[in-house]
Amino acid sequence: MDTKITVTIDGQEVSADPGQTILEAARSQGIYIPTLCHYSKTTNVGACRVCVVEVENARSYVASCCAPVTPGMVIRTNTPAIRAAQKMIIELLWSSGDHNCLTCEQNGACELQDLVYWLQIDKPRFPIEHHGYEMDNSNTMITRDLNKCILCGRCIRACNEIQVNEVLDFANRGSYAKVGPAFDADYIDSSCVFCGECAQVCPTGAITFKQAKFAGRPWELSKTRTTCAYCGVGCQIDLYTKDNKIVKVMGNRQYGPPNEGSLCVKGRFGMDFISHPDRISKPLIRHQKGEAFKEAAWDEAYAFIAQRLAAVKKEYGPDSIAGLSSARCTNEENYVFQKFLRGGIGTNNIDHCARL
Amino acid sequence: MSDTFILNGKETPYTPGQMILEAAKVGGIEIPTLCYLKGSTPTGACRICLVEVKGARSLMAACSTPVTPGMEVFTETALVHQARKLNVELLLSSGTHNCLTCEANGNCRLQDLAYFYKITDLRFEEKAASDIYPKEDRNPLIVRDFSRCILCGRCVQACNEVMVNRAISQGYRGKESKIVTGGDLPYHESECVFCGQCVEVCPVGALTEKKAKGLGRPWEIKKIRTTCPYCGVGCQQWLHVKDGKIVKVTAVEDAQPNMGRLCVKGRFAYDFIYSEERLKTPLIREANGEFREASWDEALDLVAEKFKEIIKKDGPDAIAGVSCARSINEDSYQMQKFFRAVIGTNNIDHCART
Amino acid sequence: MTVAGLAATFGSGAMTNSIDELESTDLILATGTNTTENHPVIGAKVKRAVRRHGTKLIVIDPREIDLVKYADIWLRQKPGTDVAVFNGLMNVIIAEGLYDKEYVAGRTEGFEALKAVVAKYTPESVEKISGVPAEDLKKAARMYAQAGRASIIYAMGITQHITGTDNVKSTANLSMLCGNVGIEGGGVNPLRGQNNVQGACDMGALPNVYPAYQPVAGEDVRKKFEAAWKAALSPKPGLTLMEIMAAAGSGKIKALYVMGENPLLSDPDLQHVAKELQKLDLMIVQDIFLTETAQMADVVLPACAFAEKEGTFTNTERRVQRVRKALEPPGEARADWEIICGISSRMGYPMTYASAQEIFEEIRTVTPSYAGITYDRLEKEGLQWPCPTVSHSGTKFLHKDKFSRGLGLFTALEYIPPNELPDQEYPFLLSTGRVLYHYHTGTMTTRARGPVERCPESLVEIHPEDAGKLGIADGQKVRVTSRRGTVEVKARITEKSAPGSIFMNFHFTEAPVNFLTNPALDPTGKIPEYKVCAVKLEAA
Repeated sequence: MDTKITVTIDGQEVSADPGQTILEAARSQGIYIPTLCHYSKTTNVGACRVCVVEVENARSYVASCCAPVTPGMVIRTNTPAIRAAQKMIIELLWSSGDHNCLTCEQNGACELQDLVYWLQIDKPRFPIEHHGYEMDNSNTMITRDLNKCILCGRCIRACNEIQVNEVLDFANRGSYAKVGPAFDADYIDSSCVFCGECAQVCPTGAITFKQAKFAGRPWELSKTRTTCAYCGVGCQIDLYTKDNKIVKVMGNRQYGPPNEGSLCVKGRFGMDFISHPDRISKPLIRHQKGEAFKEAAWDEAYAFIAQRLAAVKKEYGPDSIAGLSSARCTNEENYVFQKFLRGGIGTNNIDHCARL
Repeated sequence: MSDTFILNGKETPYTPGQMILEAAKVGGIEIPTLCYLKGSTPTGACRICLVEVKGARSLMAACSTPVTPGMEVFTETALVHQARKLNVELLLSSGTHNCLTCEANGNCRLQDLAYFYKITDLRFEEKAASDIYPKEDRNPLIVRDFSRCILCGRCVQACNEVMVNRAISQGYRGKESKIVTGGDLPYHESECVFCGQCVEVCPVGALTEKKAKGLGRPWEIKKIRTTCPYCGVGCQQWLHVKDGKIVKVTAVEDAQPNMGRLCVKGRFAYDFIYSEERLKTPLIREANGEFREASWDEALDLVAEKFKEIIKKDGPDAIAGVSCARSINEDSYQMQKFFRAVIGTNNIDHCART
Repeated sequence: MTVAGLAATFGSGAMTNSIDELESTDLILATGTNTTENHPVIGAKVKRAVRRHGTKLIVIDPREIDLVKYADIWLRQKPGTDVAVFNGLMNVIIAEGLYDKEYVAGRTEGFEALKAVVAKYTPESVEKISGVPAEDLKKAARMYAQAGRASIIYAMGITQHITGTDNVKSTANLSMLCGNVGIEGGGVNPLRGQNNVQGACDMGALPNVYPAYQPVAGEDVRKKFEAAWKAALSPKPGLTLMEIMAAAGSGKIKALYVMGENPLLSDPDLQHVAKELQKLDLMIVQDIFLTETAQMADVVLPACAFAEKEGTFTNTERRVQRVRKALEPPGEARADWEIICGISSRMGYPMTYASAQEIFEEIRTVTPSYAGITYDRLEKEGLQWPCPTVSHSGTKFLHKDKFSRGLGLFTALEYIPPNELPDQEYPFLLSTGRVLYHYHTGTMTTRARGPVERCPESLVEIHPEDAGKLGIADGQKVRVTSRRGTVEVKARITEKSAPGSIFMNFHFTEAPVNFLTNPALDPTGKIPEYKVCAVKLEAA
């Protein structure tokens, strides 16, 4: 049974699923339609209108993120009129806030900037009137600069539909509209649990990671995909690093399970410990009970351990030795650890804190 | 050790005549700069390289202050930091420095300094649009956007001292100051030969490649180092590539033979690569005298067959080859080897004689 | 723990289903898991299921956790009465004929014995034991049984009891009774607390099994490993963590090698643990910080943090995922596996691996459930074991059509009260656990600016009624005392815990709650009863 319907996009016949939006149908064919407020797997709101397309016989331009395809629909995504409309939309968004990239931490990773570039806008068309909102810098994790907010609502959907923390919403109307927690509170005084999803989805520099500020521009950072080391969920994370320091931690929806790009406060903001001065950087040996630790070379430490373990084994047998492995270490390390105790020492006295 | 000075409390050697900037660099201390252009006369224009010199009346520009024996220099004091930051803030007021619409975004020394000095607000008001000279882009290659110019003079140094084309200089005075060609003409009507060295050294978005506009931001680009295919100098260049397309070409700094220079051809004349007239398939002439497109297999079969036929009939010396002085060494080697070893003739030459 | 309980019932101890399935199932029963704080990303999925998919949610928890806001039914049992509550649920389901008769007949054994025992646990009798109103219990039982596909999620609130293994088996009983094991969207799903607890178990970091749960006491298995490792292996199962500590105290264990664990903050009755460890001839600790445990060691070896090394972790849903190096380690720190190899080689048992990948290749050869997994295959997305061959796409949920042990085993269980309940001298019931902003013994999160800003110190949650009686104000320092020790900590007045119960976290050295906890163990799983002990409270 073929339930597909056929539409024409930019002169190309495209087969689409009923209920698919024009945007989805176009993207499935590799046809680019720009978006800003759209965030897949959340409600399509059609707030920003950047995704407008021409639909034959339609009264006006159609927001492709919200409009479902219908059989025989003829759609054009790249006409001069559409480009002019998109340009106007972006120029209006620009005029509504303080979009100076010079002092914006999001410079180089901003979707508004990307569209200004893509549409080759080279000067502001409308007078720039921003509100002069106070920055919310009241916590150490997330900075909010509503002067850079384009009211796309992605943070609100991230908070309510992805993380379901139900903290953020729109407040006020018209040119006074803003996003934030209830009672216009700063994050720190709200019910926010600092998962950071709002900052991750923000297309501009309105919600940013405070600890990443001045720690490196997007193009200076290296990205390494790894697995979070906190709870057992095993979230896939990207560590953004510069000069051997973590600048920020991001989720990535492309990675799929188990977390589909979402993180919690620990995975997002709990990585300072890695470069903490308390880290041990050299082997330490206490030669006699009651003495203080002395720094040692690796060879010295290995020799000390090997000699002492061998002595214990010789005198009391292998079962007088035990090892505590770690639920925090890798599979490879746990494997090697138990192999050493079993094969090298000869005991099964090995456990870890699975019970705790 | 006779020639030493004290750099941040540490005795450091220097060569007589060396400026603080260079001597510090040798001593492992990097002092930030903006107008400084290696290999040309220091101008001390931007005041970003300010350092504290014990006993000096004011902060000194490290790029243009020679080291003297026993001189005590401090490069990282709070005062130095404060002064440099202030100078960046003042430079930011010199025009319009919103990176949103700037082609240099991501490759701008002023932006780097603003980030390094953690500037979050514009402390001084930007110059009014009405006081800024209009953009000049009447030529096909270079855009001059005076709203971005900080009058550092690097382009003037590059034009006069590096390339010695002497096409541009500092013009007018005070707030009227402008980098001008002779008679303040547009580039295309001036002495300019479009080597683009001014664009190469511009630290901000005042001088940019016109053809690169909209093709890709610095962070989207892959840089590939290669050798210019034009004349026999063999200039070392970077191809900036995005989506398989050249966005722009720049020179490799500090590498022989060109040491950071390019000419108009090397920098701007790569368009032929994308010419519609490029050959895309082998062509075989039909009996009617017209070319038709052919597959590689068909063409290679045909050539091999014809060569064999001629060798059989008239001998190998009935075939001659013209190799190419534009090709890589590997091609030339293969070509002569093919003629000598496969065809069996020494009838091989190329355009070196013409 | 979980391993012991689920392995006995199903033949395999791990999360039966996948995290992903929670979002589209018909009902979630969350018990003993404060999911939004301890597994926030799974918590978000549960909330999404409720808000966006219309999934029903039953919460069984003594504390008014965040998920209660999203729940259709909340059963607030007295801590430690879980077996009774689950028996009560099954009592209703069997009495009303709501169970999956076909499934019970075809795929399980032991039903009659279960039926006989749960018959005693009428809703009214369960109300007396647990405090859960009989009517609520009935409603929950009906909702669970009639839901279609229902998933049970649990965590340490189920396991950290002397009846931990029984509790786990109870969840399995309920799930099987309604035919929920072996189907997508169903199952019994322990949410593992430590990032790689699943992997550590899979890799055989347990005293009784080699990798992939192959018993050390099994002759054939041992022969296989002796051949693979070229070493003579002991057939005698070893000691568990708590037994190791006791044996250190009694002088039977002379040397202890600790990799990345901090028993001196995580174990119950800490003062006792410290005394035991002091008796060791030799203690070697490798870690990233000089932890409480490391400070007592004879040798401390600096290890790499997770971001400084290559390897794999296995998450709670059996998904093997890559760990990649993003940073250089500080000073001379080395990866744990390199350190182990260094010691082993010097002890005359050479282990020379060039990389973590090389170790993984060896793991594949001795661990059948991992045999099909390679680093290449993990590049884009993790794989869930069992994955026996390189063409196998991994296993989303276990026990489809057949349990690992053949038939699913119902275990008839009687309710056993906690080891130490409040009395006149120690009138309050203390439960311990984690908070959103911190993790385990706090070595990582107490060194992170954000989490510390949100939660700078340990707090004891006290119900306003109790606080009023004792004259304790919010933020006031209080002294909490058990039979084993005393801890001073600030009070937080909240209705989260029921009157008579208090809650503390174990993240902070400054308020080591494990001075107070009871080291009474579950007889099978050897897990301490962190969730219940008796304490007294006074203003400090």
